[in-house]
Amino acid sequence: MSALPLRFLPVLVRREHASLAIKLLAPPVAVGLATLLNFGLYLLMGRDPAAVFHAMLLEPFLSWASFSEVLLKMGPLLLIAQGLAIGFRAKVFNIGAEGQFILGAIFASAIPIWLPQATGQWIWPSMLLLGALGGSLWASLTAFWRVRLNANEILVSLMLALVAAQLLNYLLLGPWKDPAGFNFPQSVMFQYDAMVPILIPGTRVNVSLLIASALSLAAWLFMQRSFAGYKLQVGGLAPRAAAYAGFNEGRAIWISFLIGGFAAGLAGAAEVAGPLGQLQRSISTGYGYAAIIVAYLGGLHPIGIVFSALLMAALYIGGDNAMVSANLPVAAVRVFQGSLLLAYLVAIAFVRYRLEWRHAAQGSAP
Amino acid sequence: MNALEFIVAGMLAAATPFLLAALGEMVAERAGVLNLGVEGLMALGAVIAFIIVYHGGGHLLGFLAAGLASAALSLVFAVIALGFRANQVAAGLAIGILGQGLSALFGKSYESLTVKGLPKLSLPWLSDIPVIGGLFAQDVVVWLSLAATVAIWAIFAYTKTGLVVRAVGENPKAAHALGYPVIAVRFAAVAFGGVLAGFAGAYAAVVYTPLWADGMIAGRGWIAIALVVFGTWLTSRIFLGACLFGAVSLASLAAQATGLDVSSQLLSSLPYIVTIVVLGIISSNRRLLKLNGVASLGEPFEQ
Repeated sequence: MSALPLRFLPVLVRREHASLAIKLLAPPVAVGLATLLNFGLYLLMGRDPAAVFHAMLLEPFLSWASFSEVLLKMGPLLLIAQGLAIGFRAKVFNIGAEGQFILGAIFASAIPIWLPQATGQWIWPSMLLLGALGGSLWASLTAFWRVRLNANEILVSLMLALVAAQLLNYLLLGPWKDPAGFNFPQSVMFQYDAMVPILIPGTRVNVSLLIASALSLAAWLFMQRSFAGYKLQVGGLAPRAAAYAGFNEGRAIWISFLIGGFAAGLAGAAEVAGPLGQLQRSISTGYGYAAIIVAYLGGLHPIGIVFSALLMAALYIGGDNAMVSANLPVAAVRVFQGSLLLAYLVAIAFVRYRLEWRHAAQGSAP
Repeated sequence: MNALEFIVAGMLAAATPFLLAALGEMVAERAGVLNLGVEGLMALGAVIAFIIVYHGGGHLLGFLAAGLASAALSLVFAVIALGFRANQVAAGLAIGILGQGLSALFGKSYESLTVKGLPKLSLPWLSDIPVIGGLFAQDVVVWLSLAATVAIWAIFAYTKTGLVVRAVGENPKAAHALGYPVIAVRFAAVAFGGVLAGFAGAYAAVVYTPLWADGMIAGRGWIAIALVVFGTWLTSRIFLGACLFGAVSLASLAAQATGLDVSSQLLSSLPYIVTIVVLGIISSNRRLLKLNGVASLGEPFEQ
């Protein structure tokens, strides 16, 4: 090798011990890296980066009004991501939370749509429960396909998410369409008792954020302190050891999907019984997919996920701001989300590896 | 033209996006890499081809640029999944989200615009046969895709290149010990898959339905990944599977056209439901999957 730049090549070398410091640093580094890349893109698109930066990354935190919207968006992301992370740690990949979210919304909407005259404080809690049940049922289809039929859970759960979107369309264009709704694909507005109570007066933040926080605590207890959670983690880290120890793989898959579906369904129910107040086509702006990123960015750890859910919620609100004030297309948020996960995957590699510059000849020898 | 003739004539064209993307994914998986970003790679290829054709660049340039763009994005996946040894599932999903985002971003000002497709090239005599004659009148991309299918089949069946790719996927350590560059082969396989996914997206956007709409790939990238499993990593079976999906998507169109009283949402979700059902049937034959599956699929390679 005569060319100078090729004399030393970067090689990833496994560390003796995984670095906790880098594990903690990886998410902020990833955010920085993704921000840098995306603002380069905005510059190429001819947008003023300073204006986008202000609208997208600062404004969500600058006023109570917009921060409360961030908290509102955080609820569903936090719920879904906590559920997904439990499965991901067991290496059970539920990619179809979007569908479980939609089914949760549909199941919850059944009560106010079928009983529009009903009153009483039992309505919204029953809607949340029914939504969680709907999400679990939809997720259990995938679990059954995986455990009984050996089918890949990634593909099945994703296909079911696409089917769920069509099911929602069918209901909103057909039997559940608001007859007085000028033919818009949406249901009737729900009655007052079908709405989740407001948590912080003067904002739209409702009790579902409290539920999401409580379930985050429950997720932490389950994963870090319970034997069932331990079995799931062993199954993910060392499947063979788990099999020798007699930990049942099928059970791990069922638990992962039921929990993931429960959380996503609950989130869907809380969306229609919360800020939306009706079943609409746009009940989810990709929460199910964004939550996958939230789960990874939070290191699949219940506490980390609280922070990453807050960040992702801010990104949604910031993206909306930037659309209005800096003329940035909504799709930019999706680009940011994708690059954020990629940046995180690069950063997290350095937890287990370090970069070493090796002589080219030496580096290529087996 | 009755429904049967309609399906026979259009099946291959409808199958082409599935076929190209699935063959690309098969090559990557044979080398041991699970790339779940196909949906995003197709979406990116689709928008690039559409923009170029819309501005008069022509179909050839459109396809080339689409292939290049998707290959570039698939190389980003390769750097992260192979270079940084990231979780391939997560990296593939991220590429998928990024590709769909970029596609929506670039295509924003082209929403609902149309371009001209490609003319059909008919085989003499054969295309005059009643009922099945339509099968022999296809556009040039379909003919080339059929040729590519045969070529890929031959490469894996008869050439050393095919053997090396399979060795790298089956047992990377052994392949490395024999002196084959495992990581380089995997990079090449992923890039090849990217090119084909780009072509698949381009075909969908500028030939099959030459109209731009955000989200027009509509799960076809995911079905392509499922097709690799249906086809148990074999070119011939993947071809048959792609034809099945082409026929299913046309059958739902034909059903709508004949005024059959089925909800259009049910028909739109038919390909997804068929995917789920077939995936269940094929996968429950564990022996079949074990026999044909790729041993090191999704696992990072460390020297």
